[in-house]
Order: sequence, then C-alpha cells, then structure tokens
Amino acid sequence: MKGSQILLESLRRAGVEVIFGYPGGQVLPIFDSLYDFDIKFILTRHEQGAAHAADGYARATGKVGVCLATSGPGATNLVTGIANAFMDSIPMVAITGQVGTHLIGNDAFQEADVTGITRPITKHNFLVKDVRDLSRTIAEAFYIASSGRPGPVLIDIPVDIQRAEADFAWPEDIRIRSYKPTYFGHPGQIKKAAKLVSQAKKPLIYAGGGVITSGASLALKELAERIQAPVTSTFMGLGCFPATHKLYLGMLGMHGTAYANHATMEADLIIAVGARFDDRVTGRLDHFAPYAKIIHVDIDPSSISKNVHVDIPIVGDAKNIISELCKEIKKVPDTILWLKTIDAWKKKHPLTYKSGGKMLKPQFILEELWKLTKGDAIICTEVGQSQMWACQWYKHLTPRTWISSGGLGTMGFGFPAAMGAKMGVPGKEVFNIAGDGSIQMNIQELATCVANKINVKVLIFNNGFLGMVRQWQELFYKKRYSYTPITSPDFVKLAQSYGAVGMRVTKKEDVRKALQKTIKTDNTVFAEFIIEPEENVWPMVPTGQAINNMIDGLA
Amino acid sequence: MRHTISLLVENKFGVLARISGLFSARGYNIASLAVSETLDPTISYMTIVVEAQDEKILEQINKQLNKLVDVITVTDFTKKEHIDRELVLAKINYLPKDKDRLEMIFSKYVGKIIHYTEKIAIIEAVGNGAQIKSLLEELQSFGIVELVRTGKLAISN
Repeated sequence: MKGSQILLESLRRAGVEVIFGYPGGQVLPIFDSLYDFDIKFILTRHEQGAAHAADGYARATGKVGVCLATSGPGATNLVTGIANAFMDSIPMVAITGQVGTHLIGNDAFQEADVTGITRPITKHNFLVKDVRDLSRTIAEAFYIASSGRPGPVLIDIPVDIQRAEADFAWPEDIRIRSYKPTYFGHPGQIKKAAKLVSQAKKPLIYAGGGVITSGASLALKELAERIQAPVTSTFMGLGCFPATHKLYLGMLGMHGTAYANHATMEADLIIAVGARFDDRVTGRLDHFAPYAKIIHVDIDPSSISKNVHVDIPIVGDAKNIISELCKEIKKVPDTILWLKTIDAWKKKHPLTYKSGGKMLKPQFILEELWKLTKGDAIICTEVGQSQMWACQWYKHLTPRTWISSGGLGTMGFGFPAAMGAKMGVPGKEVFNIAGDGSIQMNIQELATCVANKINVKVLIFNNGFLGMVRQWQELFYKKRYSYTPITSPDFVKLAQSYGAVGMRVTKKEDVRKALQKTIKTDNTVFAEFIIEPEENVWPMVPTGQAINNMIDGLA
Repeated sequence: MRHTISLLVENKFGVLARISGLFSARGYNIASLAVSETLDPTISYMTIVVEAQDEKILEQINKQLNKLVDVITVTDFTKKEHIDRELVLAKINYLPKDKDRLEMIFSKYVGKIIHYTEKIAIIEAVGNGAQIKSLLEELQSFGIVELVRTGKLAISN
C-alpha cells in the first residue's frame, strides 16, 4: 500500500466520517487516493475554515475532528484553528503535507517548519519520516487527541512518505509508556471532599467544559440536586447544566450574571469541576472567593492550583469522580437559607436590558430565537458582543449545543464551526450568532455551505462597529472610537450571489417572522439584523476588579 | 532560587525543543542542561538547572513537563536528597615553574592536569557546585584561557 492509502485506511479505522481540507502540491498523493476512497471530504474555501470546521464537528459530536492541508501556507493557515482547539481542549487531528524528506530544512518551495510552529499549540505533534511508522502514528494521534484532557494533534507527512510503499498494519491497542492520563479520583481525596460538602453552609458548584468532555452532566445534576447546591457555569461549560433549572445561576465572571458572581464571592465551598479558574472568571485573583474552601476536580493536574489555591485537588475524570463523590456524601448540607439569599439576588439583579427604543435589541432577538427553538438547536457564535449576548440570553440546555471560541477568542470561528457542527449533527438546526465584524473574517465559507448543502443559519447582528472593542473604548478610552467603526458589504446580496438566502430585518415586529423563515428555509441563510449601534454587554466586571464589583450601565 | 530538575524522556527528535520551549515561553533561561542516553537506548536522561524567579511559575513548568507526551518522569531535586557533580575542562596559562603550585591546588580537588604545552595546561576537574567554584577561583591566579563545563548532573541518594 502507498503511504497516502495507508493514511486514508488508518483514518477509516480510527472512525473518521468526514475530513475538512484543501488540496495543494505536497498532498497530491493523498488527494489522488481520496479520489476513489469512500470517505467524505469537504472542500473548504480557506484552510482556516477547515480547522474550525473540524473543531465545530468535534464539539458537536464528541468525536475527533479531522482537517487536512498542504505544506507551507496551507499548514500555517491551520495554525489559528489549531491554537483555538488547543485552548478549548478540543480533540482534533490536523494532517499536513510536507516537502520531501530530502528537502526539509532547505527553504524549499512552500516549506514551513510546521511541527516547530505548532509545538506550543498542540497537545502533541509528529513528523513522519518512515512510511512504516505511519499507521501507528495515526493511531497514536487519535488516542492522544481524544484521551485525558483532549486537544489537537498534528501529523506532518512529507510527500515522499505519502508515495512510499509499506504493508498496512493497524495497531488495535495503543499504549504509550510516557502518557497515562488519570481517570479515577483518589478515594481518600473524594472522602475528604465529601466531608467538606457535608459541613458546608453555602456550597456552590462551578462547572466548566470538562463536564461536557467527560459526559458528566447527569452526574452533576444528581450531585447538585442531592446537596441542593446552586450551579454556575463557565463559558465553556454552558449547556452542561440546564439553564432552566432552579439551581442554575448562569455564567460567572466578567460578563456573568450578578447573582452568579455574588454567590461565588459569598460561598463557603466551591466545587470546581472541569474548570480552570481563567482570568475572565476570577477577576482580581487575590479577592476571588474569599470565604470559600475549594475542591477542584480536573483531569489535568497542571490546571490545579495554577491560579487559585485549592484545598482538595482531585485529579481524574469528572464523571467518575462526581458519581463517587455523590455516593460518598453521607450527610447532606442544609442550604435553605443560602438558596433564599441567592433567590433574593436573582430578584434584585436580574439580567436585563433597556427595551422600547426604535432600534432592534440583540437581546430581544436571542429571546425570540429561544422561544422558537426551546433550546433544541446548536448555537455557534463568533467573538465579541454578539457572543456574550448569546451566552446570556439564550438558555443552553444540553451539552454540545453551545459552540464558541472560549480561550483563544477567535473572530471568524463561528461560521466554519457551525458548518462542521451541521456536518456532525445534520438533524439539528445550527445557528451562528455573528457580528458584522466577525462574519467577514471567514465569509468565504458561504461557498462551502452552498456547494455541499450544509444549511447553516447565520444571524448577523449588525451595529456597524467592532462592538466589544468599541464598548471598551467607550468605557475606558473616553469614547475615542479608534478604528472600530466598520463597513460591511450588502449581506443580503452577498448571500444571494453565493446562492444562499439573504434577508435584512430592521423592526422589532419583523424579528419573529424572519427567524421563522430562517428556520424553515432549506438553504444557508444570512439574516442580518440592524441593531442598536452602541448597545453594551451588561453587567461587566472591569479588568483587575473583584467579580462582585460589577458595572451596569442600565441604572 | 536555583532548581535542579531531572527528566527521563523518550530518546526522539523534537523532545528537547518541547522541553526547552516550556521554559523559553515563560521567559525562563536554562542555566545548564545535560542530556544523554540511559542503559535503555530508547530513553534519555536530562538534568536541567534553572533559576526560578517565581516558585509558582516553576511548579507550573514542572506540571507542564509532566504533561508532555514524550516525558516519562520529572523529578525536582531541589527539595530532595541528591548528589550532583559537574565536569570542567579548562585551559590555563602555565609555565613549568608553576607545576608545584598547580599540583598543590589539585591535591584538594578531584582533578588533574591532562595535557601540557609550553605555555598552557589543560585540566579536568569533577565536583559539586561549591567545589568547582572554589577551584576556578584558585585557577584565576594562573589566568583561565578557555573553560567548558558539562552542566550539572544529579542523582538521588
């Protein structure tokens, strides 16, 4: 078998259903083998689109997403997508072509040291120098990408290796002596944690993306209900706990709800599950959760005590540990008073916005979208204000229905990610909540959607600004709107020219109808909403402040 | 504070770059580094000496080192019983009349003169950090022309 065939056969054995990618000179043998190989290939219009699509596919399905690009510029175009997946712990395998082994390091045409470039943004990467190593390398890549704390793995394959011949052998069992993720929590630590839970008066569960990765949602719900502890979610955790549940507090942190932040600052016990105390969550670190003892459940030991001091670390898989912890708790804490306090905060500081003006409000559009879908949809987003409104105003109910760039904050992520999600879960309605700035960063994927009938519904909140930066300029830079006003094409005509459907909405009374039409349309839709230009995301914790020090421009 | 970290790693290309990248990404300089094969040729042993401005950052680096797929074990010797040694080769100015003085010095250290010419001598010495430091101070009186050191090697006891 040729190397290129070994690659494809290995991908099939690894369970790959779809590859997102783009051809080029140093992957010609692979594309030649793809020509009559039974695996779905989606030709994106930019390699960055392929990387984000693989990422979106992985988030929506829980499987490993795969993208493929040629050497040099093809590979460097994947870099943002790989970094994005790395920051959000998304399982992905990126395959790149490389110049022939005899040319590596010679500044050959379209050569880049891709394993060097991606070293700090991959969980691991490989340069294959012998075709006999190829299938084992691919098997290891999938194992590494999807186990422990997941992440992207890159495999760089020189073109002569793609052409070389070898026998095919697929390793059924992968064991790497230097890589052994811990899945089961230390029983002693779990016992100690259970004791702390029993003694708590104001417990709070702080749930992150790890809950979704490990499939721990049900276990988490059971724990929360059993100990009657309120639950706040990180950005990455949205959907891990139903937003309509009475114990749910919404997201915490910089644009979190006031009650989630107050609860964090008042809690006497924080049970952190699969979350990493990111700076957007903690605000000013030395003021964070001053009364709380912290139990931290995480599969990655390097996440523990990185930012905040943890009293009881438990390394392992969230689902296993939460179930064990639930069993281990003998006495349930009395939280009636605590929940009353929280209810009072909820009443006093609800999420709100000023309605009534002439201009459309983005929050209103999201409320309407929620009413029409009742949470039964996948919500992808770009980055910035539109993203934060989508966190706050759409009620995320189930895992893997919220797809958004958290750690890296990549504009241009949402649209190709939505495309990947739709490929993975074709039965679900997939929306991309976008701003007029972000959507222009990977707008070329319209062609991919239309050509492959990947019907993604894009809601563009057009305020004529790079809104989140403008908001910071308004609040902290004396309204000097330096290069944040931005022009856009006519999105309606643009969508039409690609063969998609475009519409524009300017009035409140047309929102519902437009959304209904968007959902019903059997095509990719660009629905543009002309919104209040200087609408802000509230509440907000300014950088460097404690998280209960929120500002709220509505008062 | 100076830390001595030892690692058992896969003996493959790219491993050293991954490891050094974790230090350089945080603006940490590696003071010394020694790498060699173990009895098992698929495994290498590394001893890294690094000056930590912030202990928390170093703890993070240690955890990140452990996380690297090619790293088998990480040991921070700083708080552990261990023995460390370094080998030094030095070229010093030397005239035959200095021979007694030089031999006097070497009687206090593990080392010897391994090569003479008319004007210079090449010496080798083995010792821990303090021993090497004091030897080099004494040799300063001759004038050190060139100096190479292996960097620290450490083993637990």
